[in-house]
Amino acid sequence: MGKEILQLRNIHKSFPGVKALQGVDFTLREGEIHALMGENGAGKSTLIKVLTGVYTKDEGTITMDGKEAVIKSPQDAQNVGISTVYQEITLCPNLSVAENMYIGRSNNIMQNWKKMNEGADAILQSLDIPAKATQQLASCSIAVQQMVAIARAVDMDCKVLILDEPTSSLDEQEVEKLFKLMRDLKSRGVGIIFVTHFLEQVYEVCDMITVLRDGKLVGEYKIADLPRVQLVSKMLGKDFDDMAEIKSENKVFESNSKTPVIEVEGLYSDAGIKPFDFKVDKGEVTGFTGLLGSGRSECVRAIFGADRVLGGSVKKNGETVKIKKPIDAMKAGIGYIPEDRKVDGIVGDLSVRDNIILALQVMKGFFKPFTKAQANAFADEYIKLLGIKTASADTPIKQLSGGNQQKCIVARWLLTHPEYLILDEPTRGIDVGTKVDIQKLVLKLASEGMGITFISSETDEMLRTCSRLVVMRDRKVVGELKGDDLTQNKIMSTIAGGDGNENK
Amino acid sequence: MKTSKKSFTAIFRNQIFIPIAALLLLVIVNLIVDPSFFKITYQLNSDGQHILYGNLIQILDFGSELAILAIGMTFVTAASGGQDISVGAAIAIAGSVILRVLCGNNTRPEAGQLQTTFLVAFLVACVVAALFGAFNGLLVSVFKIQPMVATLILFTAGRSIAAWINNNELPIISDQSFKYFGGYIPNVPVPTPAILAVVVIIVTFLLLKFTNLGLYIQAVGINEKSSRLNGLNPTAIKFLSFVLLGLCVAVAGLIKVSRLSTINYSVIAKDIEMDAILAVALGGNALGGGKFNMTASILGAYVIQFLTITLYSMKVQSDALPAYKAVVVILLVVFSAPTVRNWMSKTWKNLTAKNTAKEVA
Amino acid sequence: MKTSNEKKSLLSKIAGMTDSNLLLTITVVVFVLMYLGAIIFQGKGFLKPQTFFNILNTNAYLIILSCGLSLVMITGGIDISVGGVTALVSMCCAVNLDYKNGNIFTALLIALLIGVAFGAVQGFLVAYLDIQPFIVTLAGMFFARGMTTIVNSSPFNVANEQFVKLKDTRIIVPFMGSVNKKGVYVDSYVEVGVIVALAIVILMFVMLKWTKLGRQFYAVGGNPQSALMLGINVKFTRFMSQFICGILGGIGGFVYFLHVGSGSPSHAAGAEMNAIASSIIGGTMLTGGVGNIIGTLFGVLSLSTIQNIVSSAGLDQAWWTGITIAAMLCLFLVIQSVVVAGKKKSLRK
Repeated sequence: MGKEILQLRNIHKSFPGVKALQGVDFTLREGEIHALMGENGAGKSTLIKVLTGVYTKDEGTITMDGKEAVIKSPQDAQNVGISTVYQEITLCPNLSVAENMYIGRSNNIMQNWKKMNEGADAILQSLDIPAKATQQLASCSIAVQQMVAIARAVDMDCKVLILDEPTSSLDEQEVEKLFKLMRDLKSRGVGIIFVTHFLEQVYEVCDMITVLRDGKLVGEYKIADLPRVQLVSKMLGKDFDDMAEIKSENKVFESNSKTPVIEVEGLYSDAGIKPFDFKVDKGEVTGFTGLLGSGRSECVRAIFGADRVLGGSVKKNGETVKIKKPIDAMKAGIGYIPEDRKVDGIVGDLSVRDNIILALQVMKGFFKPFTKAQANAFADEYIKLLGIKTASADTPIKQLSGGNQQKCIVARWLLTHPEYLILDEPTRGIDVGTKVDIQKLVLKLASEGMGITFISSETDEMLRTCSRLVVMRDRKVVGELKGDDLTQNKIMSTIAGGDGNENK
Repeated sequence: MKTSKKSFTAIFRNQIFIPIAALLLLVIVNLIVDPSFFKITYQLNSDGQHILYGNLIQILDFGSELAILAIGMTFVTAASGGQDISVGAAIAIAGSVILRVLCGNNTRPEAGQLQTTFLVAFLVACVVAALFGAFNGLLVSVFKIQPMVATLILFTAGRSIAAWINNNELPIISDQSFKYFGGYIPNVPVPTPAILAVVVIIVTFLLLKFTNLGLYIQAVGINEKSSRLNGLNPTAIKFLSFVLLGLCVAVAGLIKVSRLSTINYSVIAKDIEMDAILAVALGGNALGGGKFNMTASILGAYVIQFLTITLYSMKVQSDALPAYKAVVVILLVVFSAPTVRNWMSKTWKNLTAKNTAKEVA
Repeated sequence: MKTSNEKKSLLSKIAGMTDSNLLLTITVVVFVLMYLGAIIFQGKGFLKPQTFFNILNTNAYLIILSCGLSLVMITGGIDISVGGVTALVSMCCAVNLDYKNGNIFTALLIALLIGVAFGAVQGFLVAYLDIQPFIVTLAGMFFARGMTTIVNSSPFNVANEQFVKLKDTRIIVPFMGSVNKKGVYVDSYVEVGVIVALAIVILMFVMLKWTKLGRQFYAVGGNPQSALMLGINVKFTRFMSQFICGILGGIGGFVYFLHVGSGSPSHAAGAEMNAIASSIIGGTMLTGGVGNIIGTLFGVLSLSTIQNIVSSAGLDQAWWTGITIAAMLCLFLVIQSVVVAGKKKSLRK
């Protein structure tokens, strides 16, 4: 084991009303990939932000290479050799790729474009990133932008590299590439702090795990000493009820009519998907799967009218409905929980209450506002029902943790009592406990007769919830799996293509 | 003890704290400098009519246009995250339309020679102002141009258009009853603009209470994408906010031309857009859009007028007025800036902490 | 077949351009077309180089102010105090020269000091106290206009000999002269202010393109949050943008004073809006992060050319200028909006 390069001792940090970190220790050694695990609100992000100078700590010491480091701004962090790649892209879209890699780093007054572009191209090539140095960053895909951010960090000869959920917008190939890169850096002696919600990835690439809960340190473990189930129970602080069991808990809904709740024929939109057919029965959970960018989100967006529909028809309970914009779909009894919670889901500054009643209120109409009592009753009911942790219904939703925000969005749509509910990546970036809650809820709703479409990047989550899977590749439906075909291997081979399934 | 402390910080953090604090400050300054500032008398005016007279009445009178505009400006700011800088020019247009409709081609109509009733003229002005509002709204909501830039167009052209409507003539209306809107209605001792402002304010609050206007505008202003996915039409709501501002402009235009019974295209409602935006900002509303507090905006408008009248009563030359106004504005925004307020509440905490420590000791 | 290929490559070229360059190209093309149109429809007046140089002479100050505005707009801010600062500078310099026995250098010093003071105070309030730039500079505008009246409330012409000499200095532009009606060859000339303005354009261009600070302005305007994460001192960068704009306001004010030779509270009325309009026509986006100083230069030229065309077309009633400028602004905004939206769409496919 290498020598210790970074030590955090007794770190405290509090915000008005919240003690985010209480005496946390953390140690990183040379050539180590160290997973930082915990539920949402456990203090991971705060710790990272203290370490990178976005927040200043209230108490405690940070030691780099045996010397105490004073980190008061992101620039200080860079100077002592700490680089960070965040979940959200933190680059400037209006600048070129090369500028994004070099800006804020040199102390020269002038900027040497030629040298910079050559240097950037060399790094991009060596890391196999499909971008040109002179390209404007905004013209790259999100995944490539993420890679550029990593390339920047790699080029800074950092001693400590922090990867804060870098994989949530990458597909599997890109994740593999990233892991290769991480192992490469590890062999060069760089210490890496890796924050992720994907347990598989932790066990694939990490050496050590530090677990936080409620702003406190739970412990530091070698990867071999901590099996998954134990890791999860440490994160949750309770014994883990096996997730694989939840499917059998609910009775299957017995449909008395043969008409599917939703039937789609030849639907396509301006988001570039090929026309597709699709149906969902009452009480059935179906899923769209495929790699990121395969068009699975675009399909459900087309059903909901979120993108401009160019052709095809949607039938509900056998009757054709015209869906041009979201309100049409809502009136037809369709609910949609979007993929990107922050951008498409929450209305940040509005209260939890207003966020919950929003969709129903819009359906009710402009001239018929709910009274305050009604709105409060709705909000309180669902806060209790879904166990949303919030100070009050008046709290702005942006102050809640990711998992609780997502529960509010779920509450918003449950309140409209849809007959068909679409959940696009409802569990991305939220803690394990809420993940299980949402999966259970989905199955419960289905058992009560709701038609559901569930999309997730995590295949095992799909396998646990869905009874039928539509597989997509290159913006086209390439297969449908159900019954005994619902296995990890079968899904993989269908996504990859090459067997008989795809021409169905 | 604890609750009182809490409510104290709550007041500090409340949005409406800023305009109220500013208002109190102005009141105190005036009390110290000249308590007679607040005197209200009941006396005869030049038209031989008994009216209420005093600085406070003047504030209510001349603050009316600003308060009305602040309402529309708050909607636009919240929904679009930007400001309409063309309201002054649009008032010139609305005023010009009223005169044109009333006078026709005769620029010096005697009483009884007017082409039509005041109501018709006002309604036409409403339609025209709403149309210009719609033009701004179109640029902002459909073409996605930043509001300040989009309204720069009408800002540049507005006064020219106003002059063009009346062929660059300056019609004068000698009918005394036209003065009612900007002056006094016989046997009513309160200035009519103040009454009009109250009417507009009441209508606004009814609108906010009995429709979802407030919720929709805030939702769109905070997160446009997510509002759309909840069935709202952000384009339509932004557009609507500009049309509403257009209607406010029409009312303000009526008051402005009625005050003078004529119009001066380059001077009428000059710089009023700046005051209206200031009113919104003074009300503590984020100029970047999103949540708004209508009461605070309206209060902000009257604070600005209060300041103006205070300065006048201190014999400040009218051309030099902006300089003093600027100093006060800067002081206000500095003390309401979150960074400064955090710093202040921290020092406050430290002070009280020391005190309690002493008490314990 | 071939044409469609060519069309495609042109389209992809456009899609590959950075936003700044794309908008710059549009501006330059429109300016050239407009000037050609003026020559064809308005006749020989526009063919004479001196017509063009006169546009420069009258608008040298606007070029300087627009450079400042482009800078703050690229950084994501705004400064509407520059018109007021111009008036204040003119008045203070005029008073200094005629009533206080000042000379050119004290006047210039006063101009710079006023610029520095406005820039520093506004920059501090915007960057370090996080107050909205619109409000801060709005107050700055009020303050400058009010102070102008307080310094001296009535307009007057400056008679200081040294100053008048500098004001009337004509710099001959070689080979650009023309033959007048009497058949005498007359040299073309520009005023001192134009040289200052062009020097500032070059300086600003170099600064924005090739210095570290220059690129930081773009980064902060593009996404301040990211810029912070990338290790840029966002507050300092913001401060500098407002500060430099303030100084340019001072210099622009002096150049304006040099051109008109008088002090008046109503000087440079609406100059801030003209400067903003020029920057926008020149391809700067108010949302920040996109813009180009060369574009700004062409923006000012386009704006003043259209004013010239309007007045030489006999539409000298005052309202036509306002309406044509507004129409042009409208046109440019819609072009920008459509082009940028179209580009985004073509990228997505």
